[in-house]
Amino acid sequence: MSISARSALVLFPTRLQPWTGLNNLKSPAVCCQRKKSSHTPPPAKYGGRHTVTLIPGDGIGPELLNHVRELFRFCCVPVDFEIVRVDSSASSEDDINNAVTAIKRNGVALKGNMETNHNLPPSHKSRNNLLRTSLDLYANIMHCQSLPGVPTRHKDIDVIIIRENTEGEYSSLEHENVSGVVECLKIITRVKSLRIAEYAFNLAREKGRRKVTAVHKANIMKLGDGLFLQCCKEVAAGYPDITFDNMIVDNTTMQLVSKPQQFDVMVMPNLYGNVVSNVCAGLVGGPGLVPGVNYGKDYAVFETATRNTGKSIANKNIANPTATLLASCLMLDHLKLHAYAKMIRKAVLRTLSETQLQTVDLGGQGTTSEVVYSIMQEIQRGGPRTTEQI
Amino acid sequence: MHTHTTLMMATLTKALKPILGRQLGNTAKVFGAAVNSQRGKPTYAGQIIPPPAKYGGRHTVTLIPGDGIGPELLNHVRELFRFCCVPVDFEVVHVNSALTSEDDINNAIMAIRRNGIALKGNIETNHIMPPNHKSRNNLLRTSLDLYANVMHCQSLPGVQTRHKNIDIIIIRENTEGEYSSLEHESVSGVVESLKIITRNNSLRIADYAFKLARDKGRHKVTAVHKANIMKLGDGLFLQCCKEVASGYPDIEFDSMIVDNTTMQLVSKPHQFDVMVMPNLYGNVVSNVCAGLVGGPGLVPGANYGRDYAVFETATRNTGKSIANRNIANPTAMLLASCLMLDHLKIHDYANMIRGAILTTMNETRLHTVDIGGQGTTSEVVQSIMRIIQSGGPLTTEI
Repeated sequence: MSISARSALVLFPTRLQPWTGLNNLKSPAVCCQRKKSSHTPPPAKYGGRHTVTLIPGDGIGPELLNHVRELFRFCCVPVDFEIVRVDSSASSEDDINNAVTAIKRNGVALKGNMETNHNLPPSHKSRNNLLRTSLDLYANIMHCQSLPGVPTRHKDIDVIIIRENTEGEYSSLEHENVSGVVECLKIITRVKSLRIAEYAFNLAREKGRRKVTAVHKANIMKLGDGLFLQCCKEVAAGYPDITFDNMIVDNTTMQLVSKPQQFDVMVMPNLYGNVVSNVCAGLVGGPGLVPGVNYGKDYAVFETATRNTGKSIANKNIANPTATLLASCLMLDHLKLHAYAKMIRKAVLRTLSETQLQTVDLGGQGTTSEVVYSIMQEIQRGGPRTTEQI
Repeated sequence: MHTHTTLMMATLTKALKPILGRQLGNTAKVFGAAVNSQRGKPTYAGQIIPPPAKYGGRHTVTLIPGDGIGPELLNHVRELFRFCCVPVDFEVVHVNSALTSEDDINNAIMAIRRNGIALKGNIETNHIMPPNHKSRNNLLRTSLDLYANVMHCQSLPGVQTRHKNIDIIIIRENTEGEYSSLEHESVSGVVESLKIITRNNSLRIADYAFKLARDKGRHKVTAVHKANIMKLGDGLFLQCCKEVASGYPDIEFDSMIVDNTTMQLVSKPHQFDVMVMPNLYGNVVSNVCAGLVGGPGLVPGANYGRDYAVFETATRNTGKSIANRNIANPTAMLLASCLMLDHLKIHDYANMIRGAILTTMNETRLHTVDIGGQGTTSEVVQSIMRIIQSGGPLTTEI
């Protein structure tokens, strides 16, 4: 029997059951329940090709995701995109419900940010928020790393930020009982806090990290953040090999701008996560560089970490494609197409370190298409476009 | 005879009115905007707030040592004031943060009502205590209705930082928002924290911000919010800011979402001029800015209400881990005391002390550990005193 046939035999059984494959690089103990539940369909993989939902969004989303598709086609990545458009200005929720159904069908999505116009009435909920809560994507991970070749004031930053993605200040529960007095509810539940803490410690362990810091404001919000902190402490007790620390959010942000190297893994509720992740994104070079992931028990949605629409730079060919491309690499890792992921990631980082090609937000003069073209050239230089699939 | 005396007194008071009036209706213009104090006049509620605590040319100011580095730094302030013969006497009120009874803090509040001005260290809030034990600092701010927290963040040329020439004024709503301490657990395991935004307080703080911007000749006010998620709450805040902005056409009004704001602050802080925001965002943004200009030991803060003013460090750190080790940076507290002297209108002393502090920071470069130097707190204070002494006679003619 020829070598390829033998290797095909060896590979075949593992290929049939990608979902039982243990913890992939990014989502450890989120054991995919997809095959076991009677309601969620099996992974969308037919004939060796995956289907992934693509939501273009607004602003720079469509153009950057077009580049992703272009690049994937160029590299012959076995991923097909099912495009679902969501009109952020329409008041009916049909669009977003279709998107949610598509993601339930495919299990994985790559999205751009959908604009939330705050001049519309309060009943018009944020589309991004609806997506996150309907699919119960409870963990938002952002791995913030200083990239070589990018000029920043701080060096050697390597922080993983885990942010609770479904409750907290983002519950959209507000009311005006008395005219002129608005009450916004911030919800913290024990179940979700335990869940996110468990996720954080698991991830820290998987990645060999030594410290988890919980960020809170329990001196003011004693019950709410007090509960969150308590849940983190309980979970920490089950992971004696990992140091657990806690810090108040104002001190955290101050330390981040002076000594960010002291942080390792951070876990926090929704709003603090928003602020802290934006501060970290600013420290490593801006919103155009960092990819983010939203994980749920059964679904995963990939996007840029800071979720900017970028309306002011849309369609001008100046947006930085790095964040979206790195997010697509994370998606490929999730689908276990590691060879493709590595290839694209290497090309992206190589191109990034070439200063003439950096986009405007990093202080360079390159355009988006120049950067993507350079990445393609880099990939072509690296060897044959089609690699033998693992 | 009796009526004659009272008539004479009446005419005397009338003659002295312009002189007295200047003190009674004092407008805190130097740092705070035109906040017309009601001290000495009966308020609508009928309570009379006592006149300013100034007797024989000496002011009385409440001093709350607090915890951590507060007591030692405030001792240095008193030492310095005595050395410079500043006409300020301190009424020291101790607040024990570990006690459950609220008597201590109520005494402090009463003392501040009496004197009108306070200088305080941060009082620790132990979050292991039960939830009904409220934060002492918060109680103080809400009882005295100190609605505006003003922090002027400036880069000091002698301090090594990654960003240069930052000059931002941050105005933070100080009494409501997320700090209302209203929480409940209706269902076990589910906690609801209420964030309150009211129209009155939002209009008030926006008005203060624009007045301050105008008084100080600033050109732009940025409102920081998260109205895309908290549509009613922050939406109301934003709307109030817009309404007030329309009354100040000479000042440009802008708004930015808090996550974008923090990201812009760490990359391009020079685009910001004056910023106004609700309580929690104010907390985070002011700490980010303090980190940008060199740390918590450098920036003073002021809490203004209609009738009272309380001065402290901007980032309100207790500094427990560095307490009593003579390594704390006294700059923030000393600059806060200068702000207090400005508020009391003894500008000469304020400028003298401030000049000496800045000379120590920028020229002599005697820095404490937190900004990368090796000086101790007492060395820094000694240096300031030496500079003041070399500047001229200790007592200046006011």
